[in-house]
Amino acid sequence: MTEVYLNGSYVGDIDNKDQFVENVKNERRKGGIAEGMNVQYKKELDRVEVHTSKGRDRRQVIVVKNGVPLLTEKHIKQLHKNELTWQDLVNQGVIEYLDAAEEENSLLAFYEQELTPEHTHLEVSPLVMLGLIAALVPYGNFTQSARLSIGSKNQKQSTGLYAANYLVRMDMDVNLLHTPQKPIVKTIIHDFSNYDQHPSGQNVIIAVMSYKGYNMEDSIILNKGSIERGFARSTYYRPAIAEELRYSGGLMDQISVPDKEVKGYKSERDYRFLEDDGIIYPEAQVKEDDVVIGKTSPPRFLSSLDEYSLASNIRRESSVSLKHGEEGVIDFVLLTDNEEGNKLVQVRIRDQRIPEIGDKFTSRHGQKGVIGLIVPESDMPFTSKGVIPDIIFSPHSIPSRMTVSQLMELIGAKTGALAGRYVDSTTFNAEPVDKVKKELLSLGFRDDGEEIMYNGISGERIAVRIFVGNMYYLKLRHMVANKIHARARGPIQLLTRQPTEGRAKEGGLRLGDMEKDTFVAHGTSLLLKERFDSDKTTVPVCESCGMIVIHDYIKDKRYCPVCGENVEINDVEMSYAFKLMLDEFKTLGIYPKLTLENKY
Amino acid sequence: MVHQELKEYVGKMPESLLKEIEETCPAAKIKKVAKLVFEEYENSKISAGEAVGLVSAESIGEPGTQMTLNTFHFAGVAEMSVTKGLPRIIEILDARKNISTQTMDIYLNSPYYKGKDVRTLAMQIKETNMDSVVKEFSINVVDLKIDLILDTEKLTVLDLSSKKVQKILEKALDKTALIEVKGENLEVSLKGKEKDLNQLYKLKEKIKEIYVGGIKGITQVLPVRRKEEYIILTAGSNLRKVLDLEFVDGTRTTSNDIHEIKKILGIEAARQAVIEELLQVVETQGLNVDVRHLMLVADTMCSSGELKGITRYGVVSEKASVLARASFETPIKHLINASIVGEIDYLNSVVENVMLNQPVPLGTGMVRLITKK
Repeated sequence: MTEVYLNGSYVGDIDNKDQFVENVKNERRKGGIAEGMNVQYKKELDRVEVHTSKGRDRRQVIVVKNGVPLLTEKHIKQLHKNELTWQDLVNQGVIEYLDAAEEENSLLAFYEQELTPEHTHLEVSPLVMLGLIAALVPYGNFTQSARLSIGSKNQKQSTGLYAANYLVRMDMDVNLLHTPQKPIVKTIIHDFSNYDQHPSGQNVIIAVMSYKGYNMEDSIILNKGSIERGFARSTYYRPAIAEELRYSGGLMDQISVPDKEVKGYKSERDYRFLEDDGIIYPEAQVKEDDVVIGKTSPPRFLSSLDEYSLASNIRRESSVSLKHGEEGVIDFVLLTDNEEGNKLVQVRIRDQRIPEIGDKFTSRHGQKGVIGLIVPESDMPFTSKGVIPDIIFSPHSIPSRMTVSQLMELIGAKTGALAGRYVDSTTFNAEPVDKVKKELLSLGFRDDGEEIMYNGISGERIAVRIFVGNMYYLKLRHMVANKIHARARGPIQLLTRQPTEGRAKEGGLRLGDMEKDTFVAHGTSLLLKERFDSDKTTVPVCESCGMIVIHDYIKDKRYCPVCGENVEINDVEMSYAFKLMLDEFKTLGIYPKLTLENKY
Repeated sequence: MVHQELKEYVGKMPESLLKEIEETCPAAKIKKVAKLVFEEYENSKISAGEAVGLVSAESIGEPGTQMTLNTFHFAGVAEMSVTKGLPRIIEILDARKNISTQTMDIYLNSPYYKGKDVRTLAMQIKETNMDSVVKEFSINVVDLKIDLILDTEKLTVLDLSSKKVQKILEKALDKTALIEVKGENLEVSLKGKEKDLNQLYKLKEKIKEIYVGGIKGITQVLPVRRKEEYIILTAGSNLRKVLDLEFVDGTRTTSNDIHEIKKILGIEAARQAVIEELLQVVETQGLNVDVRHLMLVADTMCSSGELKGITRYGVVSEKASVLARASFETPIKHLINASIVGEIDYLNSVVENVMLNQPVPLGTGMVRLITKK
């Protein structure tokens, strides 16, 4: 007697467990019971578990009977002719899906040659162990596994043709590569996923060498000529959104060119692009602070009494304008309603991004790098055949990371480019590199991919041969234009009078505790003080009670609220944060008395 | 007696330096060498206004950040588990009263350090209870007696006999039980009128816990060979008792419990212990921190005569400035207490002046000009 459990709950006993399990499997393959059912016999508990619940991870395998796979040449021919679909194979019981439980009772073979009568299933392909993106890495079985993960992560960040209908979409923060190309070195997954319909990289010529030290530590050198010919150009799209919100009391926002009376009115110049409806026109060249959508809002705090007063009629400026450091061209204007029926305006801003120093690039092998230098084409090294590389990549990135696949792609793509064909680099099932190398040799090149090169500046021959070839390079979405930030002076916070935080608010760069300590350790006391002068204030202090006094600017008089007018009052310089702290002490009931002393 | 040429440097340079010059230099060159050494000595002194404390803190703190990630354990090595790495550093600097793993390094006098009887000596140090001396407890249900079959080998190591064990038991059980010697073994029975099996069981458990020999607090011993000699490592620590033992070399034996060292050997020893314990951690982690930084820390911890940790209850609470104390943990407590007694902050140190945005009285901020009117 063996207990049977369905989705974890007991349903009954059976006499012959092997027969039962076999029956369930056969019936499922025939289509008699649901295809999504899996069955497992647990030896240690002597029970049969049947699972039909959702959320089980299942994978496809070829069914094997008596050491012979059910999938035959005939099937494959029919598949090629489109007479058969995958689902037909599943229905015929040729392919079946195993879950983690049923897998425990199965014996799988990796390759057909390994099959023995004991085997129950055959793997469709070893490639199925990889995910979609990881399988896009060429020669994945020749690289360190960590680099495979990094390589697939990098591909997700690449710019490309992210959607065919991008022109009518309103995406947040997207990039579009201008001239994407199909990779010369591709995998079977590239074919399956129609990668050539939406590629995300370009085939470029790479030279693995140093160049004046500008490609140290994962930086790369770009040929200026390549950039001028359009290499890695992309467009960055960003929307500006405004909504006509409704407030209590029937008040609402209004999208229009703001009146001059409006509170917080910018300058007339800032509104120059707005048309009569308060919205900018397409193809306007905008820079920071330019208003894209003009909008006014009702005043913020309205008490019932104020509603009728004149002052309350003054509306508040709440236009959408370009933030600090942004620029671009208005690409597309969209007028619609949102779920609540409020008027919604979206404006798409486009900005062409030409590669510049600091932009991030990667190959498909987890070898990312940023541009360290852009060299004029005339100064780039060239091969004896006159080929000038687009990118110079540092050889120091190779040994410790062991990305052999990168080197293989380089040779493969070089051969592919010269022979005018694509090279298959599917993980576990690639074209043998030796064969590719022979082809390269027959094309009149060295089979190791090395070539004699000449210094572009002096014309001298470089003493060693350089490893040059083609490679598929991706431009990643991390571009300096979105990240660059510096500040000398700028906005401050209302409460502390210290600089704001973050790039969006044009904030300062914090000099934290530990950075402060380094100033102290160097004994640069006055430099330290100067660095912290951002919230410096001068406050008048009463000499007798030691508290901050009142300075009446109208009467130009100072008096101490405690001791009156006939006291000596002196100006003291301190950080505004300290003045705030003194105020907080007072709220705690602590009397912070300042005893003044002459500084000199 | 110092050399003639060196007389002028007496008091200006450490005596050890003078001695070294005298011993290593030919007489003709002594004057020239002494002059150069003196210059070098003066140059290596730290100048006034140098933020030594902060430099020390950075020098210990920076390698400390690398330490957190690699706290190794040595698997399989015949040594006991001792807190190492960053947790140990924190423990030392906080001057914890109860450290997580106490150990001692017991050095032995001649002739034992060469390995003679180390195992026996180790057994004598280890705290031994009845439980480990008795081979078998058997309860005689009929007569309501417990038969204790003693481990004679262990008894001889501990210099005990069944007679002596009987005495120990009598003293410990305070005449609640009758102990009889039966040859090599003992027989225990309950005294008094009410006898039952339950009580006998309780008695058995009580006997197991009774201390018979060794040093209290030392739960494990491990004789280890270090270079040419044998030493005994322990788990648990009892400096006072261990130092009393004849065969122990009291000049080298140490504990890792700094509070215990302070209690038994005084604050100077504690300071040295802090330095050595810190240095040991730093060195086993393969880091390189100058001893003088550790010495400065040890000095701050011990300068009051009491062992104080670098915590808000220890060294920090001693700071003169209210603002400096308030800026390090529990600000409200310090501010309220200071305001109750009307404390004055003279703004003599670094933190307070940074808060006020005034020049810090260190380095370039320390010098002042005084003008004649």
